[in-house]
Amino acid sequence: MKQILDFNISNSLLNISFEGDYLLFSNDNAKGKVFALIKNNLQGIVLSAQALGKWDSTLLSFIFEIEKRARELSIPVRYNAFPDGLINLINLAFSVDRKPSPVDTGKAGLLESIGSWGVSVYHGIKSGLSFMGKTFNAVFRSMFGRVVMRSLDFAAVLEECGYKALPIVSLISFMVGLILAFVGAVQLKTFGAQIYVASLVTIGMTRIMGAIMTGIIMAGRTGASYAAVIGTMQVNEEIDALKTMGINQFDFLVLPRIIALSIAMPILTMWADFMGMLGGGFVGVVMLDIPLQKYWEMSVAAITLNNFFVGIFHGLIFGIVIAVCGCYYGISCGRNADAVGTSTTKAVVSAIVWMIVMTGFITLACEVLDI
Amino acid sequence: MMKNDVKIKAVGLKIGYGDFVLLKDADFVINKHDIFIIMGGSGCGKSSMLRVLTGLVKPLEGKIFVDDVDFLAADTITRNQIMQTSGILYQSGALFSSMTLAENIALPLQLYRNYSPEEIREIAALKLALVGLKGFEDYYPSEISGGMKKRAGLARALALDPDVVYFDEPSAGLDPVSSKLLDDLILDINHNLGTTIVIVTHELSSIFAVGNNSIFLDGETKSILARGNPKELLKNPPHEKVFQFLTRGGEKNA
Ligand SMILES: Nc1ncnc2c1ncn2[C@@H]1O[C@H](COP(=O)(O)OP(=O)(O)OP(=O)(O)O)[C@@H](O)[C@H]1O
Ligand SMILES: [Mg+2]
Repeated sequence: MKQILDFNISNSLLNISFEGDYLLFSNDNAKGKVFALIKNNLQGIVLSAQALGKWDSTLLSFIFEIEKRARELSIPVRYNAFPDGLINLINLAFSVDRKPSPVDTGKAGLLESIGSWGVSVYHGIKSGLSFMGKTFNAVFRSMFGRVVMRSLDFAAVLEECGYKALPIVSLISFMVGLILAFVGAVQLKTFGAQIYVASLVTIGMTRIMGAIMTGIIMAGRTGASYAAVIGTMQVNEEIDALKTMGINQFDFLVLPRIIALSIAMPILTMWADFMGMLGGGFVGVVMLDIPLQKYWEMSVAAITLNNFFVGIFHGLIFGIVIAVCGCYYGISCGRNADAVGTSTTKAVVSAIVWMIVMTGFITLACEVLDI
Repeated sequence: MMKNDVKIKAVGLKIGYGDFVLLKDADFVINKHDIFIIMGGSGCGKSSMLRVLTGLVKPLEGKIFVDDVDFLAADTITRNQIMQTSGILYQSGALFSSMTLAENIALPLQLYRNYSPEEIREIAALKLALVGLKGFEDYYPSEISGGMKKRAGLARALALDPDVVYFDEPSAGLDPVSSKLLDDLILDINHNLGTTIVIVTHELSSIFAVGNNSIFLDGETKSILARGNPKELLKNPPHEKVFQFLTRGGEKNA
């Protein structure tokens, strides 16, 4: 059936009649004209549907909109010969029992945006610091054995961030050592000093690259999983259950993870250093034709305790940073699946940012202390 | 009524989140051995009320007395002690997914009781058997159905033989038979163990089957519209909304 939308105003009454099938009804032009007619001076609106055929929610939403605008202006709306189903649905749509509280329309001015950004940064810093405080409190209490931590949980977390991470850490750091050697060799060759590739790779890996690569891998691998696991516990009300059992979530969830990563990261860093040197050695021996014996000697000579321990120290700090970021975003996660995704992303990004910031601080400190 | 019959007393509670107020000036009393129902329309703040009563969320104003102790003003140790005397069954069961059912139930026992591992294992098995999950000790929460999770959650809530057990929508997501079984279980616990029970629910059949005291929260007026035994409320509804709620919108014989 052909669709006819007829509307006119007579005696301050807006008459709208619907004729034919209203399926997938979309006619912004006509709708706009009808809405434009709904003004204060109307006495009423009469909707007629004597010859209405089939209809779906597109018609329903149009009528809903008319009724809504009419109600705002307190204009009575009368329905003529509408199917019962449609009337019922319209009534249902208006039968809200509670008004939603006004939502932020999001159209804030520049000054307001800056202000609310400042406030949110302030709250972020405050909650971050309070989290750190509670975490250190838990670490401190753990030294006196006054915490509730299941050794089973700790073992599981340690396993997860320990030897299970070995393959990926090995692969990546081997490749990084390889790349370092390659890039270095191109430059060193011009001086005929390829042999120093060994020193370059060894110093680079032990001092910083081993720790950074391990940190980035573990942020993506373990930090993300911490945020996701704890966030999901939040969604499942498991955190509520913990709290109401009187169990401190820091003892129970945060502490094992921080300790596990603080143990695993330095060891993984050492392993990454070793694998990186192996990668460099591969390039040196196979491609640059440096004798294995010679390469080995040069490498060992380049290892200094200072560099080695600075690297390990980076690893330890990165471990703490990753665990804290993961747990913080997990615990401050919202109560839905979407929030878990957001938390996970934030955990990884902030872990990486903070690792870089901490590297800056440590480098500065080493500079000052002349290490 | 004698004073020592009172288990929980709420005075002038104002509940909400930030500027958003859900309920104000709420006063009510939960007596010992009551099966106390918190009812009301969707979104009126029932779960929020439960969170306040169990100490998860602070009320904006007001006081809560548990056994005449000011719960909110109490120090952490006292608060923890009070919390240990209450068990909570969450809407989703809230079992720890990394632990088996037995380990879930054992956790509070390991923390707060000096039992040997064998004793703990026995108690866990007993509690699981009480809720009809005998033999499921070594299952993980992901391996059992929603209704079973709820029952396991109840077993955990009962682990420390609490004085009060709180339920958030116990029958939500259960088939009629399981939900009837859960109601029976609630009655059993209340009769046999003398446990005070606080339930948030919409389920009319449960409300009438188990409840002997109640409050009706209203989101529009942000107040308690009615209180008392649900069956009495049905006979003499103090407010049109209460009548509508208890009769599914005026249906006869509901
Ligand atoms: N953490 C929160 N922050 C802000 N607002 C919240 C929070 N939790 C709940 N609310 C709001 O409080 C209101 C009441 O929520 P609540 O979960 O207490 O309702 P309810 O009565 O349990 O509803 P239902 O019967 O649907 O479970 C809702 O409008 C919700 O938007
Ligand atoms: Mg609820």
